Amino acid sequence: MPKAKIEYKLRIPSQTENLEIIRFFVGKVAEKVGFAEDDVGKIELAVDEACTNVMKHAYTETVKDKTLDVAILIDYQKLTLVVTDHGKGFNPDKIRQPDMKEYLAELRVGGLGIFLMRTLMDEVDYDIKPGVRNQVRMVKYLINRKNSKIVN
Amino acid sequence: MENFKVVRLDGVNLTTLKIIGFLDAHTAPTLEEAIQKLLDEEQVNILVDFKELSYISSAGLGVFMGFIEEIRSKNGDIKMCAMSPKIYRVFDLLGFPTIYQIFDKQEEALATFPQNSAASSSE
Repeated sequence: MPKAKIEYKLRIPSQTENLEIIRFFVGKVAEKVGFAEDDVGKIELAVDEACTNVMKHAYTETVKDKTLDVAILIDYQKLTLVVTDHGKGFNPDKIRQPDMKEYLAELRVGGLGIFLMRTLMDEVDYDIKPGVRNQVRMVKYLINRKNSKIVN
Repeated sequence: MENFKVVRLDGVNLTTLKIIGFLDAHTAPTLEEAIQKLLDEEQVNILVDFKELSYISSAGLGVFMGFIEEIRSKNGDIKMCAMSPKIYRVFDLLGFPTIYQIFDKQEEALATFPQNSAASSSE
């Protein structure tokens, strides 16, 4: 993990066919900075869920420039993922954690992405400015460092 | 590049769907079509073989949730087998093992379907 802050950015059309590229980009950075395989998988899935939400819900048909930005900030002890779109936004207060019991009972479809993001990452928060820019920010701390050594 | 594929293997009273590659919001409709086709043919005993699946997101999980109620109401079931630990973890996080029967090996899963003997792939 580098001591200085480093930022990686990807701007990409908001289309599901690009999910694979986004996962690859984020996964490679996470791997390179030293996250264990297990955590790399969690980070890839979290960014997929965040971007899928943008691709499915952020833009109305009439918007011409449908892009999303994925930024990765690396500093001494953590990786921060920021997914930004310029779509219609939503009210984060209205997103409730699905009650798993209720969910399993009803076998409802969808709405699992946000639950997964909160489970997979250490911090998740939103900054919504409808039509201007909407951001979801997720943090993963580097605790289980790959190839780490305990030095007495 | 083809990043997701469904291979269908028909048995006597059971169809195995081998899912291969990445199952995400882009590829989920391919699996949806394959299961819908089985429903249209009234084939409701379905085994999904995850052996060659390397990735799943909630969009992929949602496909199974979308069909399970209807399939069970027709006395069928979707069972699953051969998941990698990485894939199983996602199922586990969402509590799916309480909804679906998930088997380590394909043979174990096949044995739980009634009157089945011929849907096994010969790999």
